[in-house]
Parts: sequence; structure tokens; C-alpha cells
Amino acid sequence: MINTRDILETIHMIEDENLDIRTITMGISLLDCCCGDITASCRKIHDKIMRLACRLVDTGNEISKEFGVPIINKRIAVTPVAMLLAASGGDPVRYARELESISNELGIDFAGGYSALVQKGFACGDEALIRSIPEALSQTAHVCSSVNIGSTKTGINMDAVALMGQTIRATAEASAADNCIGAAKLVVFCNAPEDNPFMAGAFHGAGEPDCVINVGVSGPGVVRNALSKIPGGDLTDVADTVKKTAFKITRVGQLVALEASKRLGVPFGIVDLSLAPTPAVGDSVAHILEEMGLETCGAHGTTAALALLNDAVKKGGTMASSHVGGLSGAFIPVTEDAGMVRAAACGCLKIEKLEAMTAVCSVGLDMIVIPGDTPPEVISAVIADEAAIGMINHKTTAVRLIPAIGKKIGEHLDFGGLLGGGPVMALNTASPAAFIARGGRIPAPIQSLRN
Amino acid sequence: MRAVITVVGKDMIGILARVSTLCAENGVNIAEVSQTVLQDMFCMIMLVDTAKCKISLSEFTDLMNDEGAEHGLAIHVMREDIFDSMHKI
Repeated sequence: MINTRDILETIHMIEDENLDIRTITMGISLLDCCCGDITASCRKIHDKIMRLACRLVDTGNEISKEFGVPIINKRIAVTPVAMLLAASGGDPVRYARELESISNELGIDFAGGYSALVQKGFACGDEALIRSIPEALSQTAHVCSSVNIGSTKTGINMDAVALMGQTIRATAEASAADNCIGAAKLVVFCNAPEDNPFMAGAFHGAGEPDCVINVGVSGPGVVRNALSKIPGGDLTDVADTVKKTAFKITRVGQLVALEASKRLGVPFGIVDLSLAPTPAVGDSVAHILEEMGLETCGAHGTTAALALLNDAVKKGGTMASSHVGGLSGAFIPVTEDAGMVRAAACGCLKIEKLEAMTAVCSVGLDMIVIPGDTPPEVISAVIADEAAIGMINHKTTAVRLIPAIGKKIGEHLDFGGLLGGGPVMALNTASPAAFIARGGRIPAPIQSLRN
Repeated sequence: MRAVITVVGKDMIGILARVSTLCAENGVNIAEVSQTVLQDMFCMIMLVDTAKCKISLSEFTDLMNDEGAEHGLAIHVMREDIFDSMHKI
């Protein structure tokens, strides 16, 4: 029989330390739904998604109950809608409304893929889709949008960067009455992964199979608790403990992914072995860093601690899953992490430190509330900086900023639920306007020439 | 398919009987039982075979949860695979 201690440890992780499966995300290719007529396109999308995902929510709930582990979200990710728009033309917001109506029908939590990949330039459909994002996100609740504006292989499309600065602002303004929530569903990527199960950046890449199951795990609370048991251990002990814990967390993800794949008759894609925090007390990545010995997240030493954590999570998780993908690492979304919110509110965690942290963690400047009067070119410049870090370091970086319309530094913006809430953080106000206005492309770096 | 039932709570007369009755009524065969009482806390772990279970595992879980809630006990029913996955390489 299984060791009693192991059984109780698993139950303790789930009951008291917030171990959960963050999401089962079904990736669905819509390439075969492309049509010259947008009405026909929408009908085909509806039929295909309903056919493939009709059992997604029920299956997730059944697995959750049988294994006794919570599965928080069931989501779908689709082919970047800009690709469909290229064929169909018409008003792109109709696709957003179609995805919204499908989400309601299926009872899923999010639908990702209102996206465009423009790292090297705008193809047919791309610009129209980007310009429709403010309207699409303010008129829907479940649809998420992402735009890839750079990569190590192609450099950075600065015209797209300039456009995204305006788009983020316009999206916040369009949903100002609803806590600017539109901007929380929009992410700008450099080196976007094509199999990411996490929102807002999930989309189904062109190289993916027709339909696939990807799973994202969570569990910062479990890691923190494991570290609290070795207060005197050195950093090698810390890394080893994180590895062992990440292994266990990821194994649950792998088990759920295989089971979901079997029951839905859809191939298993990847497990994204991310540490994804939630606003719940005890489910914070910042608290893990503090458990390692920092007074507050944001103190000098934070980047080193995060680098150790991110690396150890990957080492432990890789061994536990047959296919690892997506973003995989530690997330640092400010509003979704109680420890980050506290550190930001007390002034210890600033945007510059967060930027440094993004060089060593799995994503980027995530869920950061900025002043409502921030000019678009400043937002663009933040995106450019972040994309440069990703481009040079062969990693995914992302920017998800929420301009809090009508609010100033120090005020609070609340979304509720998994998105949490946080203080308006200060940005550097010196103008990058002339730099952003130059446009063009930042050439691919020498690192791209690896052949 | 095998599952693990864990029962944790304040010790009282008849816990084992109640849980095993529910198993028997629903065609769930008990393969192994281990139990300890630490001070007043009762902790029982059962390994059961649900192959001949008359209802779905989800429904059986609900029954056990209700039984636990009624008597102030935390009863979990979880498929054995999750423990194997987490704790065995």
C-alpha cells in the first residue's frame, strides 16, 4: 500500500496549500473554417468548436472529482483570428462575438486566440484585427487577445509596438466603466509560444495539430510551505526542495492531461509547468522569494532568488512530464499575487525591478496597473524594452499593462476573482515619443543566426 | 480501478463501521485498511477496489463527503493514480 505519509501530504497540499490544476486548455485549429464569407466562417467555427469541446467542462469536472484535485478553469485556444480575417474580411468583432457566444454555450472560462502574429510586419487582416481589439474586448467577457510583435529570429516590429501602445490605452478606455478590465485580457508578446494554455496569451499556433489538450499547473503555496520546513538550509538545499516539489506538482498535471486526453479523444499536447499565483493568501510567488530570506519582494536579491526558483521549477518539472511546453516557469503577475501587491503598495517593488525580474522568469511585465494618463508612446516604450529582453535572451516576454483610467499613482484598481487587484504603479515619465515615432523594425539580433 | 479513502477527524464510535457499510452497499471492495488514533484524532486510510461499484466514482465521492460532513469528519475519495504519480518515479 502507498505510504500513509505520502497520502496525507498530497491531501494537505490540495486542502491547505492551494495545489490545483489551473487550466485544461483545448487548442483547436480553425484553419479549415476559413471562408471568403465571414457569416459562413463564423458558422463553421461554431460547429467545429461545439463538436470538439462540448464535453470539455463536464470532463474537467469529472476528473477533478475522481482525483480530488481542483481544476480551476476550462478554456479553449484557437487559431489566431487574424488568419481567418485575412480570408473572410468583414468586421473582426463578429469573430469575438462568436467566440463569446460559444464560451457561454459551453460554460468555459476563457477563449483565447483573438490574436495576430506581426513580428515581421502586418499581413492581410492583422492591422484590422489589432484596431478592433478595444471594441472586441469591451463587448465580450471571455475572449482574450494577444499580439506577437517580436522574436529572436525576426527582431521587433516597432510599427506594431507603436500601435499596441495606442491599443492598450484605447482598450482600457473602452472598458473604463468596468475597471478597465479589457486591458487585463490583452497581452503583447515577444517570442510567443504556440501551445500556451495560460490566458490572456493562449492561442493555437499554425504548427499545432487539429485539436490538442494542454494543461497548466499551479502551486506556489506548496513550494513556499516546502521551503518553510528548511529554514536553515543553504541555497543548494532550497533549489533541491523546489525541484522535488515541482516534480510532484507537475506529475499531477501530467496525470490530469493524459486522463483528459483519453476521455475527450484528443491528443495530449504539453504540460505547462508554471508556478501561477492567485490572489488567495498563501498562493503567492512573492512569498516564496520572501521565504528564501528576502524581507520583501523587490528587495535587492529578488532577481537572484527568482532565477533560482524559475530554474529549479523547470528542472523538477521536466522530469515529471513527457512533453513540457507553453511558458513553463514562475509567473509574476502583480495584481494576481498577494505578496506582489503588498510589496508594490509599500513602494518596495517598482517597475524597474519587475523589468529586471522578467529577464529571469517565465514571462514578463504582467498585470501591472499604471496611471490612467500614461501616454500611448510610454506604453509602447515599455513594450519595446520588454521585447528587447526577450529577443536578446531567446525567451518569451510579455506585457500586460492596465492603464487605470481616471486614477493616479497609489490609488487602487480591483478586478476581483483570479485577476485580483493592485495599486497604480509609477512609470518613468520622460518622453520616448521621438524614439517610438521612428517606427520601422529593430533588426534581428546576431543571436538569431544559429544555422 | 482502485481508490484511496481517507478519513480524518475526532475519534468516535462506529466510524469504521459507517464507512465500510457505505462501501459494501455500493459494491466497493476494501483491499487494505490502516488506521491510527493520535490523541483524539482518528486517521484511517482505506485502499478500495471500485471495479464493481454500482454508482459512478463521482457519486460515491459525494456520498462519502455527505457522510463526513454529517459527522464532522473530513472524508476524501481519490483515485489511487494521483498518489502513485506524485510519489513514485
